[in-house]
Amino acid sequence: MLLLTVITFLPLLSVAALLMLRAEDDIWIRRIALAASIAEFGISLFLLRGFDLSRTDYQFTEYHAWIGDAIHYHLGIDGISLFLIILTTFLTPIAILASWESIHEQAKGFFISLLILETGIIGVFVSLDLFLFFVFWEVMLIPMYFIIGIWGHENRIYAAVKFILYTMFGSILMLVAILWLYNLSGSGGSPGTFDLVDIQRRLQVGDISVSSSVEMLLFCAFFLAFAIKVPLFPFHTWLPDAHTDAPTAGSVILAGVMLKLGTYGMLRFCLPLFPNAAHRAAPYIGVLAIIGIVYGALVATVQTDLKRLVAYTSVSHLGFVVLGIFAFNTTAIQGAIYQMLNHGISTGALFLCVGMLYDRRHTHEIKEYGGLATPMPVLMAFFLFVALSSLALPPLNGFIGEFLILVGVFLTNHAWAAWATSGSVLSAIYLLWAYQRVGFGEVTVEKNKTLPDASRREIAILVTMSAVIILMGVASPLFTQRMAASTDNVLQQMDRTASALRRAPLGSHAVAAELPERRVQP
Amino acid sequence: MFLCLFGIAIMLIDPFVSKSRQRVLGWIAFVGTLVALHGLIPMAHVAAEVGPSGYGGLISADYFSIFVQAVVILAAALIILGSFDYLDREGIQRGEYYALILFAAAGMGILASANELVTAFIGLEISSISTYILAGFRHHVPKSNEASLKYFILGSFATAFFLYGIAMVYGATGTTHIDLIQTAFQVSPATSTALPMVGLALIFVGLGFKVVAAPFQIYAPDVYEGAPTPVTALLASAPKVATFAVMIRIFYVAFGSASPVWLWMVWVSAALTMTVGNLCALVQNNVKRMLAYSSIAHAGYILVAFAAGTDIGIAAILFYLAAYSFMKVGAFLVVTHLGQQDEKRLNIKDYAGLGVRQPVVAAGFSLFLLSLLGLPATGGFLGKFFAFQATLDSRIVWLVVIAALNSVVGAYYYLRVIISMYFWKPSEDYMPAPVGSAMTFALAVAVVGTLYLGLFPSRLLDLARVAADSLSLR
Repeated sequence: MLLLTVITFLPLLSVAALLMLRAEDDIWIRRIALAASIAEFGISLFLLRGFDLSRTDYQFTEYHAWIGDAIHYHLGIDGISLFLIILTTFLTPIAILASWESIHEQAKGFFISLLILETGIIGVFVSLDLFLFFVFWEVMLIPMYFIIGIWGHENRIYAAVKFILYTMFGSILMLVAILWLYNLSGSGGSPGTFDLVDIQRRLQVGDISVSSSVEMLLFCAFFLAFAIKVPLFPFHTWLPDAHTDAPTAGSVILAGVMLKLGTYGMLRFCLPLFPNAAHRAAPYIGVLAIIGIVYGALVATVQTDLKRLVAYTSVSHLGFVVLGIFAFNTTAIQGAIYQMLNHGISTGALFLCVGMLYDRRHTHEIKEYGGLATPMPVLMAFFLFVALSSLALPPLNGFIGEFLILVGVFLTNHAWAAWATSGSVLSAIYLLWAYQRVGFGEVTVEKNKTLPDASRREIAILVTMSAVIILMGVASPLFTQRMAASTDNVLQQMDRTASALRRAPLGSHAVAAELPERRVQP
Repeated sequence: MFLCLFGIAIMLIDPFVSKSRQRVLGWIAFVGTLVALHGLIPMAHVAAEVGPSGYGGLISADYFSIFVQAVVILAAALIILGSFDYLDREGIQRGEYYALILFAAAGMGILASANELVTAFIGLEISSISTYILAGFRHHVPKSNEASLKYFILGSFATAFFLYGIAMVYGATGTTHIDLIQTAFQVSPATSTALPMVGLALIFVGLGFKVVAAPFQIYAPDVYEGAPTPVTALLASAPKVATFAVMIRIFYVAFGSASPVWLWMVWVSAALTMTVGNLCALVQNNVKRMLAYSSIAHAGYILVAFAAGTDIGIAAILFYLAAYSFMKVGAFLVVTHLGQQDEKRLNIKDYAGLGVRQPVVAAGFSLFLLSLLGLPATGGFLGKFFAFQATLDSRIVWLVVIAALNSVVGAYYYLRVIISMYFWKPSEDYMPAPVGSAMTFALAVAVVGTLYLGLFPSRLLDLARVAADSLSLR
């Protein structure tokens, strides 16, 4: 059944439809883009319906030969990618709706870029072939580059170039690692392959053996690419610029979905394929994650630019996620996945609120605002609600994720959990203080007194996001039930691969990692 | 050798055609290339049935040479199409131009199928001399004359090195035939005395000049910049393809047994070429010169695959050359069109706002740039991918890492042009002219080729493998 192919490429089809419109048909471009993305969301809900909770393997798989014998068009999802896909298809119409009024120049190109971006992101989540994964991983950089560079704010070109070069640097080393892994997969006698499922099986059966130093190198290459994407401290410096200078829709997609690609990659590739290296690296990664949490929070607190503040909250929140992943127990990983979804909704909503403020005053500076609750009570009410969900107030969604992570991390390392909890407190500080400066008190700037409150379109967006926030807060079993099997599966895969790699006798490690010399025969 | 026939025909008809109808000769040339392409098919049949050698073993018309010739002729065809408007605009529409392109392509065909070193030299000279003249075709512009003179003088030096190298190899083995050299080295290995390896090094100098490998690449930016842009398109694609082909024959077949030794020479050259090409391109504001440096960088990537030393490597090189020809010819043809009168508009600033004004051209150019960058879903990415795969397969890791890092560096300067086209406002003082139909067709073919090779490379990859296998490596 072709459901995953349809979901992946439907946005591209809508792009073809949009291309045929003239640039002047402004309103139709928006309507068709919105309709296409809502249809995409509807179709992706079929994934929920057909998802079997009890299976631990990949579902809705499609497998076709593509290039040679080694590269296949292999798609499939499990509990982890299921909700990430739905998150993507959910946030795209929201982003389109948010850009309704604010994008005027070259609007056609903007919505086309958003849709191509959607295809690329979903493609990354459904790919089970390393080559296909890499193709989608790189392809989605270009539309985001255009979105930031053409429709962004003041420093947009600098931010766009920094974003793309930084990310490409990480991914090119991942390409070398993918090729190296392909070579290794061929060392066991059967021909090499790029297929993730195949490689995992060969590792566990003992067909391939990898020496621990090679495993660590491969892990680092993959991890670097994902760490840059997350972003993990100290690879986070592209994020504030990219987020601040992107247009609202760009920031929503970037923060809401694209950052999760990094953590998804860690769960999908780094942990199952290189478990021993993951275990050895975990202490250092944990420290980096905690630095990210605390440092991100501290830097956010002192920001004078509201959007930059929200950008730094991403660094802080995703530090939690990485910490949860590298705690290596079910509770922590489930919390990490759940927090990925939460962060997508909460931070996406935060960026939407900031964007609505920008639409009115064309500035992100906090001192330009103040006392906005008086002229715009509805908008600021939603802003407060979203901020509370972001700082993990029960019974909203953020609390579930953070709590699970903290419990799980505590099981592994008490000190880490203590430090991470301080991050929770810090997030309350920066978010509430920022909101106080922006929303409460007297109206300090004259212009703000006459600002219009949220329009119907904006209320529609905010109500939808808030509904999801509440739903994810009180009805979390709806989500975690489907994630449970896959989370356990990740840990089981890790154990199996780790023991298979350890079983190979010490001497053969170095030998097995070398292929026979290939030389031109005279 | 249909190309020669057509070339001669054009030279003969030329005096009888009036100045204003010279374009007809161009169409005749284009037809000639199509006929030549078509003529490769019976050649393939003959190669399959009877065996590849012809002219007493001097030429080997095996699948390898057919593949290479197909790429060369296709590139020449596209360039001829793209030259029509350009030559009219510059006022140099003359029959000799097309004849020279055909002769150059014929020479490269000989070069690619040469199974004997002196025949290779003949092919090299035919194509070189044609391109020397073509480089100076805009004879009223000093820059073009400078380019032609530089190319001629340095090219002759390089050819002299090549000849000297051949002499040394002859001295060492007593023959200039590639297969016989191979057998000679089986008897007494190439590394036993210094003479053959010195000869090989000199040959590498001569051929390395042609493919703009470092440290012999210094002439390239000036020559590429000064030559008329369609000629630059030719220089950047076809000679590289043919010269790499003959290098494969010499290094892999004749000197195959000595591969661990010449590998290091290629390794250093590859690393140097990529780095020099990429770093120098970073600071360029002239799009034509930037593309010239990018050609140098890409020669480096091909040398990375060259260092692999296996037949997978050869297949990777062939695929890369095919994809590369599409991208480079396409890119230079766009520059041809946008250069405007007297090639005044070559600066990045002149490309500003093209995304709004001529969106299709801008989109096509972006595709070529992204392909040169190595973005997945384009032919350029798969070329690099297979090259890296082949080299990693031979356990040469660090070179691949250097190549990967170079690719990221390359991203910067390719993206700068895209930034100019899409992110900057168009300038007020001029408006690019609409694209002629012949040029449109050529660009369309290049776009289709780049995308097709990026998404469905299996066909061409299989052909490349067949071509690589047809070399008598064992």
